[in-house]
Amino acid sequence: MDLILVNLIDGLVTGLLLFMLSAGLTLIFSMMGVLNFAHASFYMLGAYFAYQISIAVGFWMGLLIAPLIVGVLGAGVERYGLRRVHQYGHVPELIFTFGLALLIEELVQFIWGKNQMPYSVPEVLNFTAFAISGNSIPAYKIFMIFISIAIFIGLLYVLTKTRVGMIIQAALSYPRTVEALGHNVPLIFMGVFGVGTALAGLAGVIAGPVLGTFPGMAFVLGSIVFVTIVIGGLGSLWGALVASLLIGWITTFAKSYNIEMEDLLNAIGISTPENLSDSVFRDFWSLTSPQIADILPYILMVLILIFRPAGLFGKRQS
Amino acid sequence: MKNITKLGAVSALSLVLGASAAFAENIKVAFIDPLSGPFASTGTNGLHQFEFAADYMVNEKGGLLDGQMMEVIGFDNKISPKESLIQLQVAIDQGVRFIVQGNSSGVANALTEAVDKHNRRNPDSRVLFLNYAAVDPALTNDKCNFWHFRFDANADIKMDALTDVIAENDSINKVYIIGQDYSFGKSVSAAANKMLGEKRADIEIVGDELHPIGKVKDFTPYARKIVASGADAVITGNWGADMLGLGKSIIENGFTGPIYTYYAAGSGITAAFGESGKGIIRLVGEGQINPPASQEASDYYNAYKAKYPDGNIDQSRISNTIGMLAKAISEAGTADDVVAIANALEGMEYETMWGGKVFMRPQDHQAIQDMHINAHTNEGVTFTYDNSDYGVVTESTVVMASMDSPTTCEMKRP
Repeated sequence: MDLILVNLIDGLVTGLLLFMLSAGLTLIFSMMGVLNFAHASFYMLGAYFAYQISIAVGFWMGLLIAPLIVGVLGAGVERYGLRRVHQYGHVPELIFTFGLALLIEELVQFIWGKNQMPYSVPEVLNFTAFAISGNSIPAYKIFMIFISIAIFIGLLYVLTKTRVGMIIQAALSYPRTVEALGHNVPLIFMGVFGVGTALAGLAGVIAGPVLGTFPGMAFVLGSIVFVTIVIGGLGSLWGALVASLLIGWITTFAKSYNIEMEDLLNAIGISTPENLSDSVFRDFWSLTSPQIADILPYILMVLILIFRPAGLFGKRQS
Repeated sequence: MKNITKLGAVSALSLVLGASAAFAENIKVAFIDPLSGPFASTGTNGLHQFEFAADYMVNEKGGLLDGQMMEVIGFDNKISPKESLIQLQVAIDQGVRFIVQGNSSGVANALTEAVDKHNRRNPDSRVLFLNYAAVDPALTNDKCNFWHFRFDANADIKMDALTDVIAENDSINKVYIIGQDYSFGKSVSAAANKMLGEKRADIEIVGDELHPIGKVKDFTPYARKIVASGADAVITGNWGADMLGLGKSIIENGFTGPIYTYYAAGSGITAAFGESGKGIIRLVGEGQINPPASQEASDYYNAYKAKYPDGNIDQSRISNTIGMLAKAISEAGTADDVVAIANALEGMEYETMWGGKVFMRPQDHQAIQDMHINAHTNEGVTFTYDNSDYGVVTESTVVMASMDSPTTCEMKRP
């Protein structure tokens, strides 16, 4: 029972982190129709920048400055890269972001090398907030939860309650009409791209100390972000949040409990074959949930695509 | 202007000619390991240590035979067995006679089979496979062949030394075993179960688990299970980012007992653990870094740091590999006839600068050497890792570990 609570908190941390990445991506995707393959690379840049800044002026300045730099870089990429490629259609855009992802990874390796960076949790937060039956919850995780929730509320407020948000929402569905009304849609695109990448950068800043800062960090998280926005529904902030939390909790619980395929199949009435060790399905029968935890989100995505192609909260049917 | 162009062309041509002439003489060693992706740092650091060992131990002393230089060429296999076989072919086509590889026993299993096949079919371009770190016991047991030599202690030998230490520690009653889901992780688990059962039957294995290799983003759920199981000690064969991620999570979530590891040092891992790993992280391995085993080792380490200020010598067996290969080539009097070189390597006794001897057991080509249990600490460290204040200090030593361990190898000699 205690472990359930601990897992709920862990899953929440994982989910909220994923949300910060997918929130930006889902906005960018629905607005510009661009699958930004380099999104996770901006996450990595956030972590490396913050590490570099934290050496000079401490963690908190890194938290403040690194996402800004990443956001400006992202806006620059949109203004001088994507916008030029845009006129040639979606495929060149896709290839452009894909190339960018590779370029950023090489660049990071060139500057910082291939080793793990000793980017660590600030001293102020390096203590145990509380413990649930021997399982300590680090204060840093609580800090991560608060930051992510603050970001979510802030985004939700801007998108639904402010004038800027309304124009963005309108530009999401009817870009041409919004343009005809005299709004500068390319500027909105650039802004959204910048804010989206800044969010990814922020995620990198706060995830770097716990998940490790190394050149493979973008690769490890890259594909799962796309899965999140497909499950959540394109362009939906709530969708991104729900899907992120769902994935966070599913993978955490699957890893924490050794649910065996054999028990599962027996429970639904299929009996174990007599000579299991000779059976062709041996590997299938001996599967455990931690082994397949990381592919569960992909299975969920396939199911969503079959039964609800627009995603959980998606509105647009295109 | 014209003259300058001519001069340029001539000097460029002579450079090319000179380079290719020197090239033909070199003894080429192909290093096939990950140089990109999640395990890039482990691979790159290995490559640097090989290049340095070849330069320092062979080339700067005038080369081998009649002055032939040793050249280490890096091939990126992206830690994929399939990619490794392609790179192996490329290396053989370039005239390489010696393959070194170490990261992932999955790759090593594919390579040793491919090398065996290649050598049977192409007696004119045979190659040797010098395995410096892939420790799946099968490689020197069921899957052994004449062309494969292992310079690292295999997982069973390391586990034997590790469980000796665990068995002596009365405060350890519950052990949790966790590893990466592939052949090596499985053999670590099997060996730990078997040897703990033999040496301390009262120790309870409270968890025995595998996780996907290189794909886990957050190890927290695993760490929770370990803490909840009430384990006194953890045994893991993890390496690279998986080692750091797992170790950090376990410590962060309140575990205070020892974590017995194979590869929790260097490549940024030592610096990243820092203070948090002190008194917790233990490593089993060959080669004593701290305190330095000999003046020669100190000189070697200092020279390495002068060349790679950001590097570490975390795999001292790499210099043993180059040293023993060089000795074998000198004894055989040839750098091309790999059968003669293999025969020279078999049964070789090599005095290593890292303390003690390395004996290449002829029946299975497994190197037998001293095993050390090292602690991650900042006290009494002469050579730190990752330019941090931390390093590994030897706590206890098993001399010529598992010298008489059995093998199922039935070596077919050419």
